[in-house]
Amino acid sequence: MSFINNLKNAIGRKATPDPFVSDLTSALSKDRVRFDATQRFLHSHDASVFDEGNAGPVCFPTSTQEVQEIMKIAKTHGRSIVARGAGTGLAGGAIPLGAPAVIAMTKMNKILEVDIDNRIAWVEPGVINLDLSSHLGVDGYHFAPDPSSQQVCTIGGNVANNSGGPHCLAYGVTDAHVLALEVVLPDGEVAVIGGLDPEPLGLDLRGAFIGSEGTMGITTKIAVRITKNPPAVGTLLLSFSSMRAAAQTVSAVIAAGIVPAAMEVMDQRITKAVESFVGAGYPTDAAAVLLVEVEGLTDGVAIEASRIRDIGFEQGATGIRVAESDHERELLWKGRKTAFGAIAQIAPDYYLHDTVVPRSSLADVLEKVDEVAEKYGLIVMNVFHAGDGNLHPLLLFDVREEGMLEKVHAAGAEIMKISLEAGGVLSGEHGIGIEKQAYMNQLFSDDDLDHQNRLRYAFDPDCRSNPGKVLPSGHSCADIQALKKVPEGIWG
Amino acid sequence: MGVSDNAKADPVLSNFAHEVGPSQPIAIEGKRTRWNLNGSLESGAKVLPAPSGIVEYKPEEMIVTVRAGTTVQDLNSHLASHQQRTSLPDRGGTVGGAIAVGHNDLHHLGRGPVRDAVLQLRYISSEGRVITCGGPVVKNVTGFNLHKLMVGSYGTLGLIAEATLRTNPIPSEQTWVKTTIDPKLILSILLRPSAVLWDGTATWVHLEGYLADVDAQKTALRKYGTLHEEDSAPELPACRWSLPPADLFNLDSLNIGRFVASIGVGTVWAEHPQPIRTPDKGKQLIEKRMKQQFDPENRLNPGRLVGNWT
Ligand SMILES: Cc1cc2nc3c(=O)[nH]c(=O)nc-3n(C[C@H](O)[C@H](O)[C@H](O)COP(=O)(O)OP(=O)(O)OC[C@H]3O[C@@H](n4cnc5c(N)ncnc54)[C@H](O)[C@@H]3O)c2cc1C
Repeated sequence: MSFINNLKNAIGRKATPDPFVSDLTSALSKDRVRFDATQRFLHSHDASVFDEGNAGPVCFPTSTQEVQEIMKIAKTHGRSIVARGAGTGLAGGAIPLGAPAVIAMTKMNKILEVDIDNRIAWVEPGVINLDLSSHLGVDGYHFAPDPSSQQVCTIGGNVANNSGGPHCLAYGVTDAHVLALEVVLPDGEVAVIGGLDPEPLGLDLRGAFIGSEGTMGITTKIAVRITKNPPAVGTLLLSFSSMRAAAQTVSAVIAAGIVPAAMEVMDQRITKAVESFVGAGYPTDAAAVLLVEVEGLTDGVAIEASRIRDIGFEQGATGIRVAESDHERELLWKGRKTAFGAIAQIAPDYYLHDTVVPRSSLADVLEKVDEVAEKYGLIVMNVFHAGDGNLHPLLLFDVREEGMLEKVHAAGAEIMKISLEAGGVLSGEHGIGIEKQAYMNQLFSDDDLDHQNRLRYAFDPDCRSNPGKVLPSGHSCADIQALKKVPEGIWG
Repeated sequence: MGVSDNAKADPVLSNFAHEVGPSQPIAIEGKRTRWNLNGSLESGAKVLPAPSGIVEYKPEEMIVTVRAGTTVQDLNSHLASHQQRTSLPDRGGTVGGAIAVGHNDLHHLGRGPVRDAVLQLRYISSEGRVITCGGPVVKNVTGFNLHKLMVGSYGTLGLIAEATLRTNPIPSEQTWVKTTIDPKLILSILLRPSAVLWDGTATWVHLEGYLADVDAQKTALRKYGTLHEEDSAPELPACRWSLPPADLFNLDSLNIGRFVASIGVGTVWAEHPQPIRTPDKGKQLIEKRMKQQFDPENRLNPGRLVGNWT
């Protein structure tokens, strides 16, 4: 049967009607419930290197009520759901497993309210991260979390992944900027969690939901804290003749009691790629560069910039460039923010890793990462949020080469092990998704994972919200039930 | 075997877990500075102190790991030796108490809430087991944010035994000024004041940072009114309110009595208590299930009603 359905799909005719779809279509409208092969394929993967999943019907709700309707219909049919923002996730979080309804939040993209006096904005989850900051810019404010994908990723995705970005060093990641959430639970109930007041009544379910990677329901409205643009900004680019010296400078700056707004490190391979891509003026002869930004009031910025210069020279910096104008500052940042685009010139595929280690062990860990890459014959590049010890080793490869992907995954596993041995964690911002599930028990004990599962269960007792993610299968047995509930043959 | 299994081998934690055991009503006492908040402990519950002491302080990482029974004062004096601090309020209590209650410091506006300082927690579950959540580094999205759930949960889901906290540098200059300038205007002029407290007439502003910056902020304010240097914050009335910051300018309509309001934040210290707030129905449903999951026999801090689960 499945073969015949696939064939029918392929030639553009409809497959056996699924009553799930007809119920969804009558709740939304026909053009906002799609189940053609193209839409299903487009919504079956994210920006990660993992194989595509299997999308069921793809829904495009425009209101909280419609999300509730979808959830109730899914419950009636015993089917699971997966929320999706822009699909830029790198851990496979939005990959649909077991033909769930994919709930694409992109049409819920309104900035609902901005209250400058009280530094609060209410947005729908499909608002693009950078669009919010651009909107606030005229009043001299911005939304602090600035993932490198901010031109496309959604605030709903940022909440689900508790995303970070270069400027989260001083300001904190998404969690520190979200005050309240309206959430539709997998049974269709709506809950408002958190609050605009500083100590909302009851448990901090807001904090528990952030970073839940779509496994605890769907957020439909988000109240964010907005941040005043600082009057003074200092941007420095320090060059080093070794990665070790760059990494040691990062920990020396923190040890000196300075918390810059951002501290990003790029190795020579990256700077060369970026230079030929955007011409940011990076020194291509340096083994590593450190991009530091300090923000605040004029005098403090000058004091900290000068202390960072001194620390840089003490640690052996071979050159220090200070941005003299907004244009120069933007150019230096353009280099950092387009790094991933630049890599496409070098290798057809890349695997971007994400672990965190204590900042003082950055230098040692990076050397070990190099050894791992060498062992597997892979090229590794490093462009990362050094200020919080958040490594992003990029493994370059060509997927068409036989056995290559296996090597990349084996190298990735070793990098995780090295990070844990250094006292770090599995992920600093991309999340666990399907990427790192199998490694969760290298960090947590069975009891710890059992308690994480209880937390998820309180939001989603049937485990129908993004099943098969984050927790290793042994700790989320109900997910397996949810994954099995697919009418045979229809979504093959 | 996870890295966190090491916690089980820690004799202090395993002894504490043993004392808590798997059955009988139980509660942790800190210094009892906020003992009567959110209901009173049922009689007959065994009351234990949490272990105390600094486990590890890494000033160069701006991270400290401390047992829950350590007083905030002891923690602060330890950190001050390296010119650092945390955002936990020091009201005479313990670190575990400050986290379990989750009330923010007076300087919330500039230093952030307690929940942002908590990186990793170790707690004893209702089954008497050591659980680790969060992680020992400044940035982490490995697994679910169980440690956030514990902040402000009054020990009703787990008994906090140990916390790893983010520390921050203490700025070289700190000062209070008092003025009659409109507090809304103050907030719009200053970049990141650490507190703006208003009693309906006068406003106390706490400025911190480099000396030259603090002076520049004072100069900016002086364009709008006179400033008086003060030694400290105003005296705070006893009852604590939590309101959306936009509501702080309508306090006259509430039966609040004498008050001091934290502008831009929403905390109000008032003469009269805050009326019971109406819980969100959907939220209550999740809270009920949460309690059921973490403490089905209601043995942890019985009598405390954080989540309206009765
Ligand atoms: C080039 C590149 C650079 C990147 N740089 C960074 C970076 O600097 N920092 C960083 O943290 N990440 C980065 N990322 C990762 C990614 O962009 C972020 O995780 C982002 O927040 C995902 O948003 P999205 O809208 O694309 O979400 P998606 O990928 O669509 O979804 C991600 C997860 O969120 C869930 N979800 C989406 N919307 C909702 C909702 N409304 N309610 C509940 N769950 C929902 C999904 O189910 C899924 O589990 C980068 C990715 C790329 C490709």
